[in-house]
Amino acid sequence: MTDREHQQKKQSDGAETQDDVQPAAQGQEVTDQIDDLLEEIDSVLEENAEEFVKNYVQKGGE
Amino acid sequence: MSHSIVIGTETEFGIASLHDADFKPVLASTHVVNAEVAGRNPIRWSFEEESPGLDLRGYGTEESYPFDLESGLVSTVLTNGARFYVDHAHPEYSSPETTNPYDAALYDKVGESIVHRAAVRAAELFGVGDYRIHKNNSDGHSNSYGWHENYLVDRSIPFDAIVDHLTGFLVSRVIIAGAGKVGSENDRPRVDYQISQRADFIEERVGLETTLKRPIINTRDEPHADPLKYRRLHIIVGDATLSEVQTFLKVGTVSLFLAALSEDALGEPLVLEDPVAALRTFSNDPMLDAKVALADGRHMTAVEMQRHYYARLQTFHHRAGLHPSFVDLLKRWDAVLRDLAKDPMLTADRLDWTAKLALLNSYRKRESLAWNHPKIALIALQYHDVDPRRSLFRKLVRAQRMQRLFTDEQVAAACVEPPDDTRAFFRGECVRLFGDSIVAANWDSLVFETGADNLWRVPMMEPLRGTRDHVGEVLEQSESPAELIETLGDIGDRS
Repeated sequence: MTDREHQQKKQSDGAETQDDVQPAAQGQEVTDQIDDLLEEIDSVLEENAEEFVKNYVQKGGE
Repeated sequence: MSHSIVIGTETEFGIASLHDADFKPVLASTHVVNAEVAGRNPIRWSFEEESPGLDLRGYGTEESYPFDLESGLVSTVLTNGARFYVDHAHPEYSSPETTNPYDAALYDKVGESIVHRAAVRAAELFGVGDYRIHKNNSDGHSNSYGWHENYLVDRSIPFDAIVDHLTGFLVSRVIIAGAGKVGSENDRPRVDYQISQRADFIEERVGLETTLKRPIINTRDEPHADPLKYRRLHIIVGDATLSEVQTFLKVGTVSLFLAALSEDALGEPLVLEDPVAALRTFSNDPMLDAKVALADGRHMTAVEMQRHYYARLQTFHHRAGLHPSFVDLLKRWDAVLRDLAKDPMLTADRLDWTAKLALLNSYRKRESLAWNHPKIALIALQYHDVDPRRSLFRKLVRAQRMQRLFTDEQVAAACVEPPDDTRAFFRGECVRLFGDSIVAANWDSLVFETGADNLWRVPMMEPLRGTRDHVGEVLEQSESPAELIETLGDIGDRS
């Protein structure tokens, strides 16, 4: 879900109590903290994303 | 009352090559498994006792499920009691039998290290390289491969009761069991992101198939144990998960559910009007607002259904003699359900589907990427890479953004040591001590070459025998397989 959808969920929750406000803020915090990691992740991502996901075709299994 | 819990999981890994346009997945999987056994007796898998065509409902025949014998050609048994082999076009790891959800999650986790280690060896030994191995269940092109969970259940529990009760449980469990997936597959309506990798591929409520018309509850009746006493419940609806907490929750809740079912402690089942459609509805709703129809006219969300089951099992747990890990299980299950009800993203430190979603949303925000951008698909895929240098899941773990249940040392130990308290102990220790003399193995027997005229087959029809308590001393003291078999014969005569 996008951030906007996320806020909408919270707003549309009519029965929201005081308790709910804090965890919603924590949820946002989780997303913000991950931003710090993105650069590190960039350094290990496969180089040609488009080609890689296009060619990633598996045979069915089980 | 004590409950005999036996759990095992099976993981089919995705395998690809970065630069080889002519990549052959069966050959690559074969290289990986052969690298694992290089330099030692490979130990053939014996299909003597296996009959995957038998149906739990009682009317299946061997012919109803043509068994691919080829899959048994490259197969080995590991010192931790697991089976490691090529299944169709995938490397597959089948965990040793365990007695509690902690051990089941641990031995599921070590499969990632084992397949990675084997791929590294394959590159060294055979000069093959650039393999990418993923613990996931779909390729984004409508091909799916499985993660299966197995539970030994008492044959006295009617199979219909299992189906009636467990269907609603498994369908609603998707919110704690999903690994998360970008988009939809298998001609389903378009979505940006969904909770389950498998929901698009589940088409039946109950059935024997695993590759077509996949069912929520599989009916394969192949207990790998005394068939008069046991069934093996084979569940194929779940996703492979990287999160240790999540694997623990997935298998722990089902184990507890089955224990309660065996004592008729679940009350009336929650019967869904259309379980297959409900699974997709839940999977396609990361906001967790969707309600599905029950046969009695009520409508419930997945969280509400899971809350219902939690309440029943919390009560049951107080009167059952269960492994201590179930106390932790209930605590974590409760916390996850509370957080999912408040804000699903609060669980991003415990569930793959929310962890991955948080990661993807951060990327989308930073680079203004649409859901169908290849980089989004790549991040979602690379989350599952088993190579610790490339795994985005591992990045989250190292940054202490995922809760863990196990230390690296525990995982390393479980790659080579079997669980103490099932027949996997006997199997694994025999491979370690007498591997060169084992001619064939399977879940319920080992066949030894002892130097005598005949081969010796040691049956292991009771999954809870062959434990460290039972045979540890005998194994330590036996200097040869012949001596081991002689002493085991004596034990057998006495018991």
